[in-house]
Amino acid sequence: MQPFEKPDPAHNPQLREPCAIAKLGRPFAFTPTEEERIDWLFTRYPTRHAACLPILWLIQKRLGWVPAEAIPAVAEKCGVPESQIYAVVSFYTMFNRAPVGQYHLQICTNLSCQLMGAEHMLDCLRRKLDIDLGQTTADGLFTLSEVECLAACEMAPMIQVNEDFVGPLDEKGLDALLSRLRSEAR
Amino acid sequence: MEVKLLTARFGTPESWSIASYEKSGGYQALRKALRMDPDAVTEEVKKSGLRGRGGAGFPTGMKWSFVPKESKLPKYLCVNADESEPGTFKDRYLLELDPHAIVEGIVITCFAVGIHHAYIYIRGEFGLPYRRIQSAVEEAYSKGYLGKAILGTGFDLEVTIHRGAGAYICGEETGLIESLEGKKGQPRIKPPFPAVVGVFGGPTVVNNVETIAAVPWILGHGADAYRKHGTEKSPGTKLFSVSGPVVRPGVYEIPLGLPLRSLVNDLCGGIRGGKRMKANIPGGSSVPVLTAEEALAVNLDYESLAAAGTMLGSGGMIVIDEDTCMVWALMIIEKFYAHESCGQCTPCREGTGWLKQLVARLENGGGSPGDMEKILSITRNMIGTTICVLSDAAAMPAASFVTKFRSEFDSHVGAGRCPIRRATVGV
Ligand SMILES: Cc1cc2nc3c(=O)[nH]c(=O)nc-3n(C[C@H](O)[C@H](O)[C@H](O)COP(=O)(O)O)c2cc1C
Ligand code: SF4
Ligand code: FES
Repeated sequence: MQPFEKPDPAHNPQLREPCAIAKLGRPFAFTPTEEERIDWLFTRYPTRHAACLPILWLIQKRLGWVPAEAIPAVAEKCGVPESQIYAVVSFYTMFNRAPVGQYHLQICTNLSCQLMGAEHMLDCLRRKLDIDLGQTTADGLFTLSEVECLAACEMAPMIQVNEDFVGPLDEKGLDALLSRLRSEAR
Repeated sequence: MEVKLLTARFGTPESWSIASYEKSGGYQALRKALRMDPDAVTEEVKKSGLRGRGGAGFPTGMKWSFVPKESKLPKYLCVNADESEPGTFKDRYLLELDPHAIVEGIVITCFAVGIHHAYIYIRGEFGLPYRRIQSAVEEAYSKGYLGKAILGTGFDLEVTIHRGAGAYICGEETGLIESLEGKKGQPRIKPPFPAVVGVFGGPTVVNNVETIAAVPWILGHGADAYRKHGTEKSPGTKLFSVSGPVVRPGVYEIPLGLPLRSLVNDLCGGIRGGKRMKANIPGGSSVPVLTAEEALAVNLDYESLAAAGTMLGSGGMIVIDEDTCMVWALMIIEKFYAHESCGQCTPCREGTGWLKQLVARLENGGGSPGDMEKILSITRNMIGTTICVLSDAAAMPAASFVTKFRSEFDSHVGAGRCPIRRATVGV
């Protein structure tokens, strides 16, 4: 009989590390357009606190992630302690707490995609990009992540590329996708 | 065999635009409803027998009537577009292809219940569906279907779209409410139910996208016309999302009561490569699994599925073929629930973690003979003991997989590796 693996913090909410958020290394401030959008948001909810997720989305839209320096700014806007904002940023999987590559490749490894070969697709991605899950390629182009069902199971096996869903994938399709993304890169 | 009430517009060009929607009779049901007494609108929905399509199947008209008429705090509607139950993707189709039906359903619902602000809570991963519903809401404002004095009546309604950020638990209605308030999506203890104390303290209706999208059809054509489809106890149609190794996976709108074998074998074209079905999860990964034999004998309505020991759930059907290892499949399911438990309740937080580890150890060939009893005993302690039913949703698949496919689990003990499937996924 094998011993149980060591408790895996990623899969046990109570064991998760105290929310680690990377630093931007310079002061954070909202842009005038963002300030305007935030004022509009405050008209859409009866509390300022409720604007927390949309404000974090604004930050992630501009920077691609949510840096530690932004937390006090969001807390001030929402009128809640910083700890509440840390709690939210660490609870939701979509807020990136460190920079990601230009293309965030998120492969679905839930059941319907697995039945159609997601594991093989993940192996291909690892091999072709020479990175593992959670890593970014040296050129900063690709970050590889694993996600749960994206409500696109008819496209299984599928992958999310930034905002877009792509599938069904096979190895040839994957090659075509990666070379298209490379050629479109900034 | 398909009956296209809610999906009738799916094939038309630019079906998501207001021009196309109006051309096919869109917003006529709203005009009709606005001339009715609000209570009569609720009555019509009650009469139709429409039940919640998000998973729990609660009668929709009855849910609306639980909201107090007079309330000091504003009342709200939350449209649940979080669609995260593994195997379910029908709301995505509605959001992408017929967003105005959702908007029209929202206005009718809010008129019936006396609500002046609705929130659409949409999962953060949805890109195109978000853009489609966003532009539908904007078009509806500019045409006077939303905003102040809708269509010249005294009825006002604001609609705000709120993006989630990746958390299955925010699909649970009180997790959704917490998330909408700007917090972690940790469910609340019920009672009080959202109809009495919901978002921002006000009485709140939470309804699934498909439920809301059915409302205009019912008001437009009448409850009797809706009841012509489906069975006596499960009237109307239901969107099923079918995935797994079938020839034509996709969204199918069928009258409730259709035999499962018609959906899988005829509409979806059967299993790929002429293989046989081994198992079927009919309502999203949370519901008990059926063996092929059970599945091929069952009809797709609330009562028949309950009699077969499973549930209709969200209608997210996952088909499993003869080549699949059931221990491996359960491992993937349990990894999901362990990841998504919000951690508030001990039976769920610990139970999902234990199930994941026990099943993964079995799958990798390192289990012991007592593991199956251990799994069953853990599941008994996870059902009915927690704040929300995510815990039950993790326990029910485990209990049914182990019970119905016991010999596959037994064959893994002491095998050193999965005897059915060569490769194993890392957990
Ligand atoms: C863990 C969990 C996840 C859920 N996820 C969803 C979901 O993604 N979408 C949904 O509509 N309902 C979901 N539900 C059901 C909701 O709690 C609620 O019953 C439903 O939105 C009510 O709408 P309806 O009556 O129109 O079905 C979930 C429930 C649980 C316990
Ligand atoms: S049952 Fe699980 S997901 Fe639901 S509230 Fe309890 S810990 Fe959270
Ligand atoms: S299982 Fe991959 S999108 Fe649903």
